[in-house]
Amino acid sequence: MVLQSFKNCLWLSCVLRTPKACFWSTASGGFVIQSVSNDVYQNLAVEDWIHDHMDLEKQQVLFLWRNSPAVVIGRHQNPWQECNLRLLRQKNIKLARRRSGGGTVYHDLGNINLTFFTTRKKYERMENLKLVVKALKALRPQLDVHVTDRYDILLNGQYKISGTAAKLGRTSAYHHCTLLCNADKFVLSAVLKSPNIGLKSNATPSVPAMVKNLFEEDPSLTSEMLLDAVVKEYAVQHQIDHRIISINPADETLLPGISNKAKELQTWEWVYGKTPKFSISTCLNMAYKDSVLDIKVNMDVKHGRIEVCNIDLPEQWLPSGLYSELVKSLTGSKFCPNETTALVTTLLRMCPQDNELHSRWSLLCENIIRLM
Amino acid sequence: VCIHRVRSCSSIRFIKSKYVCVFDKSALKFSHQQRLFRTSAVSCGQIVQFKLSDIGEGITEVTVKEWYIKEGDSVSQFDSICEVQSDKASVTITSRYDGVIRKLHYSIDDIAFVGKPLVDIEIDASKGVSAAEDVVETPPMSHEEHTHQEIKGHKTLATPAVRRLAMENNIKLSEVVGTGKDNRILKEDILNYLAKQTGAILPPSPKAEIVPPLRKPEAVPAAPKDKAHKIPVPVSRPIAFSGKDKTEPVTGFQKAMVKTMSAALKIPHFGYSDEIDLTQLVRLREELKPLAEIRGVKLSFMPFFIKAASLGLLQYPILNASLDENCQNVTYKASHNIGVAMDTEQGLIVPNVKNVQVCSVFDIAVELNRLQSLGSAGQLGTSDLTGGTFTLSNIGTIGGTYAKPVILPPEVAIGALGKIQVLPRFNDKGEVFKAQIMNVSWSADHRIIDGATMARFSNLWKSYLENPALMLLDLK
Repeated sequence: MVLQSFKNCLWLSCVLRTPKACFWSTASGGFVIQSVSNDVYQNLAVEDWIHDHMDLEKQQVLFLWRNSPAVVIGRHQNPWQECNLRLLRQKNIKLARRRSGGGTVYHDLGNINLTFFTTRKKYERMENLKLVVKALKALRPQLDVHVTDRYDILLNGQYKISGTAAKLGRTSAYHHCTLLCNADKFVLSAVLKSPNIGLKSNATPSVPAMVKNLFEEDPSLTSEMLLDAVVKEYAVQHQIDHRIISINPADETLLPGISNKAKELQTWEWVYGKTPKFSISTCLNMAYKDSVLDIKVNMDVKHGRIEVCNIDLPEQWLPSGLYSELVKSLTGSKFCPNETTALVTTLLRMCPQDNELHSRWSLLCENIIRLM
Repeated sequence: VCIHRVRSCSSIRFIKSKYVCVFDKSALKFSHQQRLFRTSAVSCGQIVQFKLSDIGEGITEVTVKEWYIKEGDSVSQFDSICEVQSDKASVTITSRYDGVIRKLHYSIDDIAFVGKPLVDIEIDASKGVSAAEDVVETPPMSHEEHTHQEIKGHKTLATPAVRRLAMENNIKLSEVVGTGKDNRILKEDILNYLAKQTGAILPPSPKAEIVPPLRKPEAVPAAPKDKAHKIPVPVSRPIAFSGKDKTEPVTGFQKAMVKTMSAALKIPHFGYSDEIDLTQLVRLREELKPLAEIRGVKLSFMPFFIKAASLGLLQYPILNASLDENCQNVTYKASHNIGVAMDTEQGLIVPNVKNVQVCSVFDIAVELNRLQSLGSAGQLGTSDLTGGTFTLSNIGTIGGTYAKPVILPPEVAIGALGKIQVLPRFNDKGEVFKAQIMNVSWSADHRIIDGATMARFSNLWKSYLENPALMLLDLK
């Protein structure tokens, strides 16, 4: 049930702005909100906003959201390690880094996200997940779903249908989880497989799991039904109205400062620059004329920028001046294909106009860019 | 020195340490009232070991993932210290004290233990340490609540002056929305909040809640006790500019541009500008636009400009040439790979349309569409960005009339197109009519190109655009 009356918006804005919402008897215990947006950055920004601005002492909040295709990595993860970035770019799938920990997930409209906001004291992931399982069982009693001690929800004892992550601040906390209703499993497995570039890092690795959609188990299930079931159970457990309030993440009046939060989540510095230090060590196999060259490449990347760069070229394959110029320019530059393409093509302007030289340069640079 | 916290103890505890300084009566009186345990005098800071507090769920150890501060940094209470991770939960640890960080007990990726010291903080001697509590428990509403309420868990959100103002007016900082940098609470925000408070009633009227925070404060109500604020409507903000210069290294693409542009300016440039009457071309494009759209292509003016340039280059091939490093040889390029300057996130990049000499205007439009969508997605390839022989920069889409473009090596000429303006002009009969005028500014390498050549090329290019039917005659 989604009500969008003016009164609700008004009520919501009061609740969000003036924490002393005890005047509103309907607000006691908590409430449920659902985002009207499918933009992963906007929705993550709503989570940030509620975490930073709301007083959750008197009420808890359940936030429901779905995203158009996106890969979401955990706070301390390495996108190069976790997914196939080339494929993401080709398919126009967004990449986002959330503020909670945990592993990488693929979102599309067939996946629903649930965020449980509480005070830090009332932070209890197991309870939340048990609530979800109870809701699923109430909807379809024959479903074999249970919570594991890794905070996953398994279907039939083997397929993962939900993953969990959490964020704790000074006074408030949130626990969010996914729920696979009808997501595209083929795209999911393709994008979450990263190419091997000899990456070494201490970033949190994801634990791959076999997944299944609830829709595959019971084709009569839809995302709406699952959402409704969870809301119903939440309402019962928190003794509140079974009612969902729509929230527009673009509404700056209701959520002041939210567009800045959404913007920050999209910056390169956040998505890629927050990657813990890592190194790559690989061999480029370049077919040139009649031979195949094996070029060893080693790079250290910190804050998403190349700190150290070593390319083992055969002697005089490129004029030494040009080679050192390349290495010098790459050092300190972003480990980013776009930036590197612009960089190498600009450097080429300074080279003598020699077709042979140009083709060698292009070949080498394209192979290096492919690593990013 | 390890100091154990003492809860609301009225007795003063003496510390056996090397850091005990001269015993100052005033400090003693101060600490006695505040029920503190320190005795050291104003001159000495006290090192407190800030321990990692309980995370919940029975977790005993976490991994340190990121430090927000380093040794020697000043911190305020509630500033973020570090980010730790435990079992899919990311936790922001905030400081309990104001002071200076003296020691970090862990490095990145180390395992930290709950209850063990995380950082050593040297507390300002003049400030007291208030009632010691575990960070997890909700602190009781106290004096501190007004001044130190934290919203984001990041750096302090209000200057001491702003905090004092909030405190004097019994405002909780958590209820005020900050409009400054990083959601910093400014004095205006406190004043706005006050203004709304006096007007707000419960249930609140629709207008009161939906009006966004005003940038400039309106009338200030009588509530503030501070005498200085009795003056309504401050005309100019007090000049409390807290901005700092920011220095960043020049890296990557920017660094490459520095090299290229420095080399470019070594080329002796000369400029030549003119005015083009595009009235007929505008009409032609209006006709052709819908036809191109049916074919799924957006038709701008650029394909016409590009094709006309290529036709001109056929007559004046020296403009499509390249001078070698020692200025010994000129290479006349066979292909007209005409570059189109594009403004992207990276900055100025110049992809080029290959072999314009064998392309139709429609072909060029298709290729431009492709390059533009790749450019905005940040996915241009190396082949798109190399091999250019001549460049056009349509700076007029952003603005401007005449410009002074810089030649992109290894090319020898470039043209900058200004915006199309509707201006009055005289026709053959001496009548004034509405003309669509665009300015073009050419720059060329004076080492091998002379003014006459540039002028003639420009005249030819201009004639094709002013009279598109002429292009039809010379089309290859």
